[in-house]
Amino acid sequence: MSDDTTKPSGAEAHEQTSAEAVHEQVVAHETGRDASEPPVPRGNQILKEIFGGSAAISVLAVVLALIVGGILIVMTDEAVAEASGYFFSRPLDTLTAAWDAVAGAYSALFRGSVFNYLRADDLVAAFRPITETLANATPLIAAGLGVALAFRVGLFNIGGRGQMLIAAAAAGYVGAYIPMPPVIHLIVALVIGIIGGALWGGLVGLLKARTGAHEVIVTIMHNYIAFYLVSFLLRTPGALQAPGQNNPKSGPMLETAQFPSLLGEQYNLNIGFILVILATIYTWYLLNRSALGFRFRAVGENPHAAQVAGINVKTVYVQVMLIAGGLVGLAGVYQVLGNFTGGFAAGLDAGIGFTAITVALLGRSKAWGVFFAGILFGALQAGSYTMQAAEGIPVDIVLVVQSFIVLFIAAPPLVRSIFRLPTPDPLFRWRTPKLDRVSEVSK
Amino acid sequence: MSVVTTTRDAGSGLAPSTIAVRSWKAPIAFAIFTVLGAVLFIALARGGDTTYRLSNDGDAIVLPPIVLPADATGIATVVLMAAIAVYAFLLVRSVRKVPLWLTTIFAILFLLGFLTWAAAGSTVPLVGLLAGALTVSTPLIFGSLGGVISERVGVVNIAIEGQLLAGAFVAAMVATLTGSAIVGLLAAMVAGALVSVILASFAIKYLVDQVIVGVVLNVLVIGLTSFFYSTVMVADPDLFNKPARFERLTIPLLSDIPILGPILFNQTIIVYIMFALVPTVWFALFKTRWGLRLRSVGEHPKAADTVGINVRATRFWNVLLAGAIVGGGGAFFTLAAIGSFTKEMTNGAGFIALAAVIFGQWNPIKATLAALLFGFATNLQSTLSIVGSPVPSEFMLMLPYLVTIFAVAGLVGISRPPAASGKPYIKS
Repeated sequence: MSDDTTKPSGAEAHEQTSAEAVHEQVVAHETGRDASEPPVPRGNQILKEIFGGSAAISVLAVVLALIVGGILIVMTDEAVAEASGYFFSRPLDTLTAAWDAVAGAYSALFRGSVFNYLRADDLVAAFRPITETLANATPLIAAGLGVALAFRVGLFNIGGRGQMLIAAAAAGYVGAYIPMPPVIHLIVALVIGIIGGALWGGLVGLLKARTGAHEVIVTIMHNYIAFYLVSFLLRTPGALQAPGQNNPKSGPMLETAQFPSLLGEQYNLNIGFILVILATIYTWYLLNRSALGFRFRAVGENPHAAQVAGINVKTVYVQVMLIAGGLVGLAGVYQVLGNFTGGFAAGLDAGIGFTAITVALLGRSKAWGVFFAGILFGALQAGSYTMQAAEGIPVDIVLVVQSFIVLFIAAPPLVRSIFRLPTPDPLFRWRTPKLDRVSEVSK
Repeated sequence: MSVVTTTRDAGSGLAPSTIAVRSWKAPIAFAIFTVLGAVLFIALARGGDTTYRLSNDGDAIVLPPIVLPADATGIATVVLMAAIAVYAFLLVRSVRKVPLWLTTIFAILFLLGFLTWAAAGSTVPLVGLLAGALTVSTPLIFGSLGGVISERVGVVNIAIEGQLLAGAFVAAMVATLTGSAIVGLLAAMVAGALVSVILASFAIKYLVDQVIVGVVLNVLVIGLTSFFYSTVMVADPDLFNKPARFERLTIPLLSDIPILGPILFNQTIIVYIMFALVPTVWFALFKTRWGLRLRSVGEHPKAADTVGINVRATRFWNVLLAGAIVGGGGAFFTLAAIGSFTKEMTNGAGFIALAAVIFGQWNPIKATLAALLFGFATNLQSTLSIVGSPVPSEFMLMLPYLVTIFAVAGLVGISRPPAASGKPYIKS
């Protein structure tokens, strides 16, 4: 354990707290009510954990995760396996092969995500990777913002997939089947899609506020309900299915509803990226400068205190899930109007709903943090395709690297113990027990 | 929807001595389903006869098929359902509980009416339907048993999906390499326990939020298994992905019982293990010292600590045990049901198992029944799509998730998780 310093020393402290616990039981029994103060929900503690860590932890977590990825690459590399057959006669061969495998993989990752130096003669091809990174990052940032916003209120929004699907279905229907004049069509489809995501998310907030249903369970179940609902619509003629088709796939988006590209047709980057920058600014403003955001953060810090201060916590749950659902919905709209413009299927979320959770955690649930975390994950995704094409490393390795990043970020003590960093005090302050609780009750 | 009547002791005026809960949920739910039944079976009657085939040709005792006229059966079930709804209403009005057997009879009536209506004009192979339901349910039951143990000890287990997938992958690989299905099953249990080690150490030692760890573990296991599937298994499937499978073991005499025999007693060893595991887990949880300690740690860790139970160790080892059980269930995919590993082959089964844990009110028996219900709904959908059902299959597949939302929203039964589930214990 790395937290030895925070433990009260010796048996004396333990004895005291045991006695306190017994006393609390007795008080609780005698008064017929729960003597302890209302517990601060789990989500609020993790908030402190998220903000307690430093930027150094984030960087080190990424480095550690890339090292783990490197180990996987070495383990499955054929040249390394061959060289390790005669490891004891020529150990250097194995190390060289391992280095070649990892260096080859990560340079391919760089070529696929930032700058393709092998094609430096052709500027379009050389700069294409960075635009691919931004294009991949666009839905991740939007969905990440939605998850992060809910985190700030102490809610876990695992329903990214469902919110994306409903938003995509709504926007896709308008985009593919309702002809409208140019600019107006795009705006209407965008707004309808965001409203769809917002309502689907808001339903979770409403259930939480009215019945106390746990949002984690509700969002997980909502994901599947949305998936089957959209699957049904996609194979029903007259709903979303392309006319005259048998595949469960929608018709292509009309020209007027598609996101216009930003840098010309040779790049995939489109106006969605501008929308995501706006969404980031909006989220930053909402959380840091608006009265509503203040209420959000107050509930996130401590819902009981917020309630006492006159904030309607239940309304806040509904409001935040509406906005969060709308932000995740933007990611769904981007997928249909900006990415799969030729028609979409039920797999359109492409795991973004879940990756968004990792993006929000890496970005420490702050608007600009999420923005840059989204770009990093977009880069990993864009680069993984090059890595697969050039080095034969399956794209699934990105999932492994991403999940290790989050595991390391979520456990700062682990990263600290690996790199032998000092333990900052503020992080552990919330762990200190409240010893005056019993005296308060007995007054 | 529910009215709580509290009588207090005249003397102290503090401690509530008797609490009678008058809950209108059951009669209201019955009424809704009766109306739904009336609309579907009577107003939208489809005519024709429904044939239930009770046995296959090769069975020792061949029962004649039962033919039910769809319309008459629909009317009869609706009338009976309405009678039960009225009876439940009267029970609740006289402040009595609606017994579980009444709900069970109601559910069976509704299912019978629904099946007869949906399959009107065609034949339902009842044995195949139920046997298939058991096959779909088996990994769900293992998953929900692990989920129950884990949540009862106070650690939320969202990673059931990951544990199932890890079990399926490792079972396929080890059973292929060693040529022994038993070794594959044991390896799958170790794999599930390893996922649990990460969950437990992050949740208990590093105090990371359990939901986050669970979600990330699912992604991690999907990533790792897909990565090794693409690099190792695809390269040489004969060497790595052709596991020795468990053969079906037919139990003599018992398997000759009509209907039940072929369903229950012509199964692989994993299913028989499951038959034994469900009552064992129930007994262990509620009748042994181990179970009492486990539950006390999940309900009130501070009190458990006060009487000398090591909260962290209890949680750690039981989460490991839960992982091993779920991992063993994952082996069912590759060693019994399908026979080789494919990417993301569990396909959300872990989340249905999680739903069963909640719908089953954190009780191993009820969770098993819930898992069976969900497995039945899933398999019914595939059977109905063969006979040509009027209900879109997506809505049948949606059912477990919808039911769970109703359950957690308090519309069906009481949903109260173990008090300390999801909360890390920090010894002060």
